[in-house]
Amino acid sequence: MNDENKDLNNENKNNNIVSQKHLRHFLDIEYLPKSLILDILDLAESFAGVSGQPVKKVPLLRGKTIVNLFFEASTRTRTTFELAAKRLSADFLNINVDFSATKKGESLLDTLRNLEAMHCDMFIVRHPLSGAAEFISKNVSQNISVINAGDGRHAHPTQAMLDVFTIRKYFKDFKKIKVAIVGDILHSRVARSLIHALRILEVPDIRVIGPKTLLPNGIEHMGVTSYVDMDAGIKDCNVVIMLRLQNERMNSSFIPDEHEYYNLYGFTPDRLQLLSKNGIVMHPGPVNRGIEISSEVADGDRSVILQQVSNGIAVRMAILSLSMQPQPDN
Amino acid sequence: MKYSKEQTQALLLKIENSLREYLSKNKIQNPIIIGVHTGGTWIADWLQCKLGYEGKAASLNISFYRDDFSRAGVNPRVEPTEMPVSIDDKHIILVDDVLFTGRTTRAAINEIFDFGRPLTVTLVVLIERNGKELPISADIVGEKMQLENNKNVKLLGPDPLIIEIIDKDH
Repeated sequence: MNDENKDLNNENKNNNIVSQKHLRHFLDIEYLPKSLILDILDLAESFAGVSGQPVKKVPLLRGKTIVNLFFEASTRTRTTFELAAKRLSADFLNINVDFSATKKGESLLDTLRNLEAMHCDMFIVRHPLSGAAEFISKNVSQNISVINAGDGRHAHPTQAMLDVFTIRKYFKDFKKIKVAIVGDILHSRVARSLIHALRILEVPDIRVIGPKTLLPNGIEHMGVTSYVDMDAGIKDCNVVIMLRLQNERMNSSFIPDEHEYYNLYGFTPDRLQLLSKNGIVMHPGPVNRGIEISSEVADGDRSVILQQVSNGIAVRMAILSLSMQPQPDN
Repeated sequence: MKYSKEQTQALLLKIENSLREYLSKNKIQNPIIIGVHTGGTWIADWLQCKLGYEGKAASLNISFYRDDFSRAGVNPRVEPTEMPVSIDDKHIILVDDVLFTGRTTRAAINEIFDFGRPLTVTLVVLIERNGKELPISADIVGEKMQLENNKNVKLLGPDPLIIEIIDKDH
């Protein structure tokens, strides 16, 4: 692992929450209680209706200021956070930080101090370094919440929450489903957060599928079964989540070539028959058609990829609201 | 202290009759009845049936429109608002069980306007108690009540509907 992928600060595992019912920040899923995860899913269900109203807004966070602090490229996550904040009537700043000009240490802290001086209430942070969101959460004022919108290879907890929210739309009982995550598990913060969420929700059969070079050593300790054979791995699964190859995080060659990768691990139409009868196909985006998934599957009736995007707004509204709630120690 | 089923029923009949008179006097036909979750929805459904309108009444959950988020936060389990028809240029009958401070009614009216521009909004409540904090009054009231500050009045239901007065700490 590169130095830049080492965790910056990981001693306080429960920095996320101030009690079993109260969210302080939203940095990772790993140590969240199941009840709080269900609270987020239930509240997101209530917020889902707001997008269908003639006025797509509720006044819950009126007067609050939320800052999108993205040190890494993003389309879906950045825009759905922005929409979520705006649908809650919060004031919203989108700060495009030039990655090349920003490194950990003084310059990041200086950025934070400047934003704090603007009396902001929440930072939504995406950063290429693992642990960046947690580092920021420990260096901001007491009244500021920090949401992790993806940090290095570490975590992408809001993506995992919208994924389990989407799964629950099709399969009410998490204890009865088989879920497979396919592709670049090694570099995927989505996979890591999703595995934690599925495990906390007591999904009995969680599988990770990919070439050995893209499966982290010891991944079985996370409570999953690993497969290098895609057909065997997705057999009878209710949910298959495809991941893209994260070339930007690869510092050496992990696969022979993309064509061979597609033959071995691409979701082709004939592989749909291997799923359970009502099985669904998911992808966190961006989709690389013809590399990890065919257009026919990505656009087919078993695909819920665009529903994931829509659900992302409601789920992020729920996470923003619960993190902005008055804290019990206030 | 609880009202009997019959006493509560008598108040329901009173607001039903008052509403019929009101609609007739103001020449309002086919209004949209909207209940405020939870007690108001029970009464709205009852009125919907009694007035012979098809289906269930619309239901508002004002949780996201309250003015005390920074003090009380939000309950994660919020029954969704059900607004099955367009309210543009319609007469709205807004129904709640208890009118107390007026804050719930304020929130309900705000939420209604996020669904369209109604022609009129008429407020119907089963109980109006002392303690008003906003300039909001009901058009039709089942019973006006003077309660001590440490008392709350609420509606139990949906079947049977019973009015109950309890201590606030209860």
